[in-house]
Amino acid sequence: MKKEYIKPYIKKQTAGIMNKFGVSYNKGHREEIEGVPVGNLTDKFGSPVFVISEKVIRERYRKIYSYFSNKYPKAKMSWSYKTNYLDAVCSIMHQEGETAEVVSDFEYQKARRLGVPGNKIIYNGPYKPIESLEVAFDEGAIVNLDNFDEIIKAEEAAKAINKKAAVGIRVNMDTGVYPQWSRFGFNLENNSAFNAVKRIQHSENLYLEGIHCHIGTFMLDSNAYREAVRKVVHLMRKIESEFKISIKYLDFGGGFPSMNKLKGTYLPPEVAVPPVEEFIDAVADTLLEELKPDEYPDVYLETGRAIIDEAGWLISTVDAVKRLPDGTKSYIIDAGVNLLYTSTWYNYKVEIDRELHGAYENSIIYGPLCMNIDVVVESAFLPPLPRGTRLILSPMGAYNVTQWMQFIRYRPAVAMIMEDGSTEEIRRPETLDDVVGPERIPEKLKKFEL
Amino acid sequence: MDRDKLSVLAISDSGFIFDPVTGHSYTANATGLRIFELLKEDKSEDDIKSVLMEEFETTEDEVSVDVDDFIENLKKYFLI
Repeated sequence: MKKEYIKPYIKKQTAGIMNKFGVSYNKGHREEIEGVPVGNLTDKFGSPVFVISEKVIRERYRKIYSYFSNKYPKAKMSWSYKTNYLDAVCSIMHQEGETAEVVSDFEYQKARRLGVPGNKIIYNGPYKPIESLEVAFDEGAIVNLDNFDEIIKAEEAAKAINKKAAVGIRVNMDTGVYPQWSRFGFNLENNSAFNAVKRIQHSENLYLEGIHCHIGTFMLDSNAYREAVRKVVHLMRKIESEFKISIKYLDFGGGFPSMNKLKGTYLPPEVAVPPVEEFIDAVADTLLEELKPDEYPDVYLETGRAIIDEAGWLISTVDAVKRLPDGTKSYIIDAGVNLLYTSTWYNYKVEIDRELHGAYENSIIYGPLCMNIDVVVESAFLPPLPRGTRLILSPMGAYNVTQWMQFIRYRPAVAMIMEDGSTEEIRRPETLDDVVGPERIPEKLKKFEL
Repeated sequence: MDRDKLSVLAISDSGFIFDPVTGHSYTANATGLRIFELLKEDKSEDDIKSVLMEEFETTEDEVSVDVDDFIENLKKYFLI
């Protein structure tokens, strides 16, 4: 009888530094996602395929909203469309009660098309075409203005539809973190925010209703939120006493991290990333400390990544195995960086679909693009993988299916595992018609002979 | 491929390999040790692949890629 085959390996013994945390981030295998075997998903939807779990989204949302609303009485959440604006995903958020937070006219139209009323949309972002401002004002959306030119543009838009429109301002400030996000909104310390309010309150067509800020992304220090809340509340008080108005809402944006591993960080996310409750504590506790009960405004959070990132996976397939000239093991998989925008700043968790024997070694995972930059994972600790092995990369729910790019191959399907364990295709794979549809060939270029 | 270097290596049954020339040590698994033995017997790469296919539950494609990969590793470590 023949013996079981285990791939041959040899490894040089080196004296290294022990990892006192004892966590091996990239080791493990996963045969199913939320109870559905990986093989069933690829049989039904092909490879690569993005997989999103309805159950995980709802659980994450409920956990965050319950915690926030238990602490602060007028807590509201608005779904950050740019994080993931697939219709099915947004519909789950809206079923849960989230309004829509959009940052472009396209996103505004997408939310409206899905059935979100205009007055349940928060319209943010540094660029808002005047036509879209007219629609937003007409439909009663919350519009947070970014700069002085936009105040003038908003004034024109409101005037064009003969309305005195409510607006908010986005503010930025020093919260003790580096880099300070100063490019969005009006600065607080140099008085630009107060001057913006003055300008709005002197307008015939605008009036101030809210203050918005969004201090950064993938924030790892919750104290920055305490500082932001403190400064925004002080600004609110100053505005209210100076202009004898009442601020209806404060919006602290998002920026909470997910369990993803930022490149260049030493600690695994289980150690480095604080729990989401810590950030909500920072916002809600500071609000309760700073505000009197009779002055509680509505307070919005626009949490995106912290809800959706861990609800998404990508299943891909190893197509080739290659030993590089310097001895490094590498794999070519069927999903590239054009689909995985977040690979630029994350080292994904890599799991394989079966238990494999053999020595683990640091390996590079390349995508299928004919481009040198197509490195999906720079270093994954993997056993020898045979061709055809499925790799499950995560967390994958945030930003990839909005920032992905069609390049040399079709973008793949996105599947959703429903709460009852059934699976649905929520975005079909692209076809040639999808890609060439908007193209037009001038008449004289239509014929050629080779 | 310089197989003379193989004769100076101290190789234990458990897979511990010591190179007295450089002082470096290595570990290999059972399949890797078997390839070492066959290399020392001066078998060609094709012969090594055939022997492994006879002795182990594997395919020609798999063993071919793996033996090439293993020998590349030995070259990288300057063991052959």
